[in-house]
Amino acid sequence: MQATDIGDPDYFHRVVECQWACPAHTNVPEYIRLIAQGRYSDAYMVNRESNVFPGILGRTCDRPCEPACRRERVDGSPVAICRLKRVASDLRDDITDRLPHAPGVKNGKRVACIGTGPASLVVANDLMPLGYEVTIFEATAEPGGLMRTSIPSFRLPAQVLEEEIGYIVDMGVEVRYSTPVTSLAALGRDGYDAIFIGSGAPKGKDLAVEGRHADPEHVHIGLDWLKSVAFGHIGSIGSRVLVIGVGNTAMDCCRTARRIGGTDVKIMARRPRQFFKASPWELEDAEEEQVEILVNHAPQRFITEEGRLVGVEFDVLEWDENATHSRKVDTVFLPCDDVILAIGQENAFPWIERDLGLDFSQDGLPVVDTVTMQTTLPGVFAGGDAAFGPKNIIWAVAHGHEAAISIDNHCRGIPVDERPVTRMTLTSQKMGLTEWSYHNDYNPSPRQQMAHVDLVKRFSELRLEVELGFSADQTMREVQRCLNCDVQPVFDAPLCIECDACIDICPVACLTIAPDADSEANLRTMLTVAAENLDEALYVSEPLAQTGRIMVKDENLCVHCGLCAERCPTAAWNMEKFDLRLGRAGIGVLL
Amino acid sequence: MPSINKPLIPLAALPTNEIGLTVRDYEGSMSTLCAGCGHDSVTAAIVRTLFELSIPPHKVVKLSGIGCSSKTTAYFDSAAHGFNSAHGRMAPIATGANAANRDVLYIGISGDGDSLSIGAGHMVHAIRRNVHMVYVIENNGVYGLTKGQFSASADIGSAAKHGEANTVAPVDPVMLALSLGASFVARSFSGDKEQLVPILKAAAQHRGLALIDVISPCVQFNNHYGSTKSYRYVREHELREIDPDFISTGHEIVADLPRDGAMMVAMHDGGLVRFRTLPADYDPTDREAAMHYVNRAHARGEIPTGLLFVDESVPDVHELNHTSETPLVELPFDDLCPGSAELEALQQSFV
Repeated sequence: MQATDIGDPDYFHRVVECQWACPAHTNVPEYIRLIAQGRYSDAYMVNRESNVFPGILGRTCDRPCEPACRRERVDGSPVAICRLKRVASDLRDDITDRLPHAPGVKNGKRVACIGTGPASLVVANDLMPLGYEVTIFEATAEPGGLMRTSIPSFRLPAQVLEEEIGYIVDMGVEVRYSTPVTSLAALGRDGYDAIFIGSGAPKGKDLAVEGRHADPEHVHIGLDWLKSVAFGHIGSIGSRVLVIGVGNTAMDCCRTARRIGGTDVKIMARRPRQFFKASPWELEDAEEEQVEILVNHAPQRFITEEGRLVGVEFDVLEWDENATHSRKVDTVFLPCDDVILAIGQENAFPWIERDLGLDFSQDGLPVVDTVTMQTTLPGVFAGGDAAFGPKNIIWAVAHGHEAAISIDNHCRGIPVDERPVTRMTLTSQKMGLTEWSYHNDYNPSPRQQMAHVDLVKRFSELRLEVELGFSADQTMREVQRCLNCDVQPVFDAPLCIECDACIDICPVACLTIAPDADSEANLRTMLTVAAENLDEALYVSEPLAQTGRIMVKDENLCVHCGLCAERCPTAAWNMEKFDLRLGRAGIGVLL
Repeated sequence: MPSINKPLIPLAALPTNEIGLTVRDYEGSMSTLCAGCGHDSVTAAIVRTLFELSIPPHKVVKLSGIGCSSKTTAYFDSAAHGFNSAHGRMAPIATGANAANRDVLYIGISGDGDSLSIGAGHMVHAIRRNVHMVYVIENNGVYGLTKGQFSASADIGSAAKHGEANTVAPVDPVMLALSLGASFVARSFSGDKEQLVPILKAAAQHRGLALIDVISPCVQFNNHYGSTKSYRYVREHELREIDPDFISTGHEIVADLPRDGAMMVAMHDGGLVRFRTLPADYDPTDREAAMHYVNRAHARGEIPTGLLFVDESVPDVHELNHTSETPLVELPFDDLCPGSAELEALQQSFV
């Protein structure tokens, strides 16, 4: 077998499952350890380096890290990574003097960003310290994009949003509010060195069924309606509300409706619950607020009496196992005062002339390179929902970082596909014979539950944040659930005397000294516990000195407790902290 | 000693044995021996043996004396009975316990100091009496607990950690046991569980004293170049020719039997030991041949390992001494203590 190349930054990065799953590759175990030490400001800064908006994301992130978390494979529930991010944000001291600054002398390059959503803000965050002059065009009067208009303030308080946007804008970004871009060609003529399209997917989808437009006043498009509530243009709704759709926006709509007059709010779903798009926790939060979820109902007709909406007729469906084929079994009429349509978002680029050389694909999105974020028009870049359709904030952040690298390259005359090298460090955590600079004991605590404001109180005030955040006690329990996947057992084959001590002590039987195998597939069957999870790598050593056998570790099972290294008489096993250094605009060596 | 206890992590459902226990149910407390000590591997092999044989944890008695080796009994089968005796006195305690209860598995753990120096006399007589027990000698050639003086099993010429060579002839427990008429004699290596576990399984099923000399390197004081009991030396000189497979049920034997060159020896309670990769002329039931073979291998500087000799026909301590078949603890009081009249009658019989 070929020995594993642990010098490849991707190898250990994959083992740190949360960091690998995070589009922005936030160093999760590191910030959790900092929280454990009470170093909240440091934890915040570790977050900010990657995801830029720890306070916002600590409340709203789609959490791709949590399903990936190793802890879920151990006791069934992942570490509450997102909640801990909020802890770092809530408990930090004033960190303004640790933020990047824009230099007094500019580099003479001007960059225009369209939209003040997360993607554009990250581009500005990365480029301002390098001396760029960044101008952001915003259609509304306030910054934040969909973070402000479609996430209700009872989930994301305006103050949190403003503070973190302020960290970027205060570097000297010129934001032109209430200035929608109406022509890309015209913007191009303004002499910007690069343009970034971060205008999002702001258009809610409509539903083409009979009677849809008979009473437009009581049938709302979810995204527009949330935006109107956010800006105070709408302050009430009828008592009986049907929300059609099962994504996260639908959940925000029904919860908002509960606060401004809706007492009987129903979520109407075409398909069974396991096929819903909404995150499980957002569904739970909606149900906690007494929103009823009706599955297998497909809207057929909006019914009005004398021009006033009185209800909707639904087909009741029966689905096959994979919910690909349905059969109508009944028709029901549900009375209501208002309907909110939350069936998805669409992109809209009426302001991009189609003859500029910026190609669009068949689904109406600009053609964007997934690595460089450049469109087919050199110097014009795109990211976030505007580039690849509706995703979420953390993806927009990741796109923003990559676009900033490309814009920097473009303005310096370097090809945009020359990317900075991803680097890594491995640092020994040994402090003594059996002492480590991390807490290696396994803590059997269950996942901590978030406390919420009680129902009566939360419905009395639209903008009252529902989640209270973790208490000090909860935080201290939850941080200990992290398995420190970034602290890697690293094996130095020439030191091994094949005494078996590591194999005997390993609590999860992830180690084997095996005869050399001709293929990984064979090796997987020869281990102490057969390695059946093919998504997880085997860490294979060079041949050992005494017998020529190989040391094999199944990354699927290892819980990074360090006992192998504590029992190793020769320190052939050592615990070393893996730290990924991603390239950023202006930082790192170009390939 | 590790800084934390070995945690119980519910990562994957552990396999269970015939009595529904997992391998973790046969563990003991955390070892305080040096990291890399061969004794910890012997512990792990014993844990695996008890698990795989589905022995109820409370039907085991752990016995030991004094020394690094004798700490081993604390590190497996927490639910077992145990007796940690004075230095070298493990064997007499085991003999006494045998007389009182033949219904449990006795596992004695000793070392080259405990059994070949201070307790040599006791070991010799336990072998003669064929006490029904597994007798493990964790043999590392040094007194580790007192910082590395030569023990009675150090080979001539073997160097101590600071260089001086041993000049006194060693006691070889295998040759000693063979010459004393032992009924089960094996040698193995702590770094080779694939061999050690089947030997331990056969030993647990043997009627009589099963002596296993386990070369178990002292990682701290006897694992250097020049030592003949280091991991490296044993691996380079081990003659791993007499490999046993332990087969515990008749059903499996049928499937496994047709194998060339294999020799089967039946154990008293139905198990079978199959010897494979034998030298052509080797007969593990011929005491004289075994002694000759071991002697010649030693002369060549080789360390023969495996189950070297087994004889199930030798009478054990119970047969020799007519011990009670019922454990004394289960005898009714009137049978156990028949009263003054019976004592008087007994004494009169000697007059």
